[in-house]
Amino acid sequence: MELSYTPEHDAFRAEVREWLAQNVPAEPLEHFDATREGFEAHRAWEATLKSGDWGMVTWPKEYGGRGLDLISWLIFEEEYYRAGSPGRVNQNGIFLLGPTLIEFGTHEQKSRFLPPMASGDEIWAQAWSEPQAGSDLAGVRATCVQDGDDYILNGHKIWSSRAVFADWAFGLFRTPGTERHKGLSLIFFPLNAEGVTVNAIPKMNGHVGFAEIFLENVRVPAFNRLGDEGQGWHICMATAGFERGLMLRSPARYQVAAANLAALYQARKDSCDPSIEAEVVKAWMNAEAYALNIYATASRLMSGGKIGPETSTNKIFWSELDIHLHDTALRILGPEAEFTAPPSIEGQPLWIDDYIFALAGPIYAGSNEIQRNIIAERMLGLPR
Amino acid sequence: MDFTLSEDQLMFVEAARTVLADTCDTLRLRKMLERKDAFDQDRWDAVVETGLTVVLLPEAAGGLELGALDFALIAEAAGYYLLPEPLVESAGIAAPLLAAVSPASDYLSDPSKRIAIAHPINPVVADADIADAILLHHNGATHLLNPSQVTLTRVDSIDPFRRLFKVDWTPDRATQISDRSELWDQAFDRAALFAAAQGLGLAQRAVDLAVEYAKERQQFGKPIGTYQAVKHHLASAQTKIEFARPVLHAAAAGLANNDIFSRARISQAKLACLEAADYASRASLQVHGAMGYSYEVDVHLILKRALGLTYSWGEPALHCARVSERIFNRPVGPDQTFASEVA
Repeated sequence: MELSYTPEHDAFRAEVREWLAQNVPAEPLEHFDATREGFEAHRAWEATLKSGDWGMVTWPKEYGGRGLDLISWLIFEEEYYRAGSPGRVNQNGIFLLGPTLIEFGTHEQKSRFLPPMASGDEIWAQAWSEPQAGSDLAGVRATCVQDGDDYILNGHKIWSSRAVFADWAFGLFRTPGTERHKGLSLIFFPLNAEGVTVNAIPKMNGHVGFAEIFLENVRVPAFNRLGDEGQGWHICMATAGFERGLMLRSPARYQVAAANLAALYQARKDSCDPSIEAEVVKAWMNAEAYALNIYATASRLMSGGKIGPETSTNKIFWSELDIHLHDTALRILGPEAEFTAPPSIEGQPLWIDDYIFALAGPIYAGSNEIQRNIIAERMLGLPR
Repeated sequence: MDFTLSEDQLMFVEAARTVLADTCDTLRLRKMLERKDAFDQDRWDAVVETGLTVVLLPEAAGGLELGALDFALIAEAAGYYLLPEPLVESAGIAAPLLAAVSPASDYLSDPSKRIAIAHPINPVVADADIADAILLHHNGATHLLNPSQVTLTRVDSIDPFRRLFKVDWTPDRATQISDRSELWDQAFDRAALFAAAQGLGLAQRAVDLAVEYAKERQQFGKPIGTYQAVKHHLASAQTKIEFARPVLHAAAAGLANNDIFSRARISQAKLACLEAADYASRASLQVHGAMGYSYEVDVHLILKRALGLTYSWGEPALHCARVSERIFNRPVGPDQTFASEVA
């Protein structure tokens, strides 16, 4: 146990802080799920990040990263959120598929897919869910049939985040005749391939962040399959581990929100219910607890540990803290809570937008009910 | 930056858990209650033999000179096994205070001696009747008395193992051993930290008990643990535990900094760990159903201990105020997680 940074980590933080101060756009970009323009503005930002070699600092140098440790990644994220940097439009790629590719991909696959992922040249969507396979993901029906050196893909995917504007998707496909967890493969396909139709599904906030994808005899090379045929479920669970456990939701995101909440409370203290202070304190403590837990996880992984079912507790914790935090902000704002312009206090976010986004937390990346089943069965050993 | 526990730490806490598992099963605890025994001499001897009472003492005083984290891990085990003897109060809170004033004290050189502490934050003193010495606070000064020099009045706790006493005494120049009031602030921080650690142990015990029960108990033809409504209670409790543990560890690692940041982290740990204990013991009660409400099942022992620890050594509102002080008077944000005033 040594809870202080090395001089190297301090120097790294200073380097990130300085670069972001010079490069983060002064005006916020339009949301990447709102319009094609917003999406492309974020792609351009990814290219800027890559020009500073910040695409994904933990990846090996040969695949477009800097080869740094997980503590450096946490520091990068802390500075990234502190600086109010744009959202990462390629989060499905860099945070989910990327780490999975590094674990399961061949050298050729990593060389082909990781560098353009790190630079934002190829932006990824996830194609897991289907109309009949949501929480019960093993019910996937879309198929993959090998034809020479290719696969022919057919099926209907839905709730694919970012698929409306993205370039590639990674999906789960079934070898015909197989059932449930067996016979699934993880295969990549270009969203502009012949036979792919993408229809936007507007979200609660009006953004076109979701899509349904129809695949009709889509031909892709077998090279696009990650791992062996039939290994898809195992690989997806590893991806879900990164998603729920470590990469998708950085603690810094909530620590910045908690700091903003504390500032909001101080500014509005005299005009709001004094019992709200305890909620502000609770929100801050939750964000800190999440950060400490992630540092502990990073330490464990760095000393040879593996991601396991405990990542399901992370997903529950961040999604619930996020709602509580934003709910507290709305309580402070009172009658202004519903306004779609930020409060007239320097540096304050648009709380209502972030609140609406937080409401999705307990649903995506595996609903919290499924996470609680996983905790009960795989951590506590309760019967299925 | 490294959050992992060392091999030595893991081995030592394993030794502590083994001795407590062997000597502190609830059957033995219940027999002790029936006999109205205040104290289990054999168990205390085993605890002393394992070295648990000298963890925090300086080597000069015959101690192991280990850190707050090492003792927190032991306190967590003491919570888990519902240890009734005053290991945490004596070795974790009182002895280091005495060691700071008189390291050569006879009460320290004999590791089996028990020291009670009358801290102004609490209206009562735990285990004062079985103490060899009592540390008392008066106007910032420390007094050392033996139990024959004070008048004890028992105050019954809902937790049958918490032996609480009001202490009446008259301060005297002859009993004063120090005028350093900061020693009492430091004792308070240790106490809150180790109460948190016990809370974390209690929380895990509550979950473990309920898991065992839910695997066995059948309704509608299958174990109740197969039902999601039951699973989700326990998953929520385990989630609270997973997110209280790193706070406890960080609080223990920072205790020696003795600044506004470390105090806030300790208070956060006490709030988080005892909230986990409260939540888990109530979830355990619900999962056990009517059995859980019976005297026969151990759930109430956990629930009552958690309740006592929640309101002693600073009630939740006090700890919340200490966190609030840090939030509104020092920088907050993602680069401040490990902030301290220590250069």
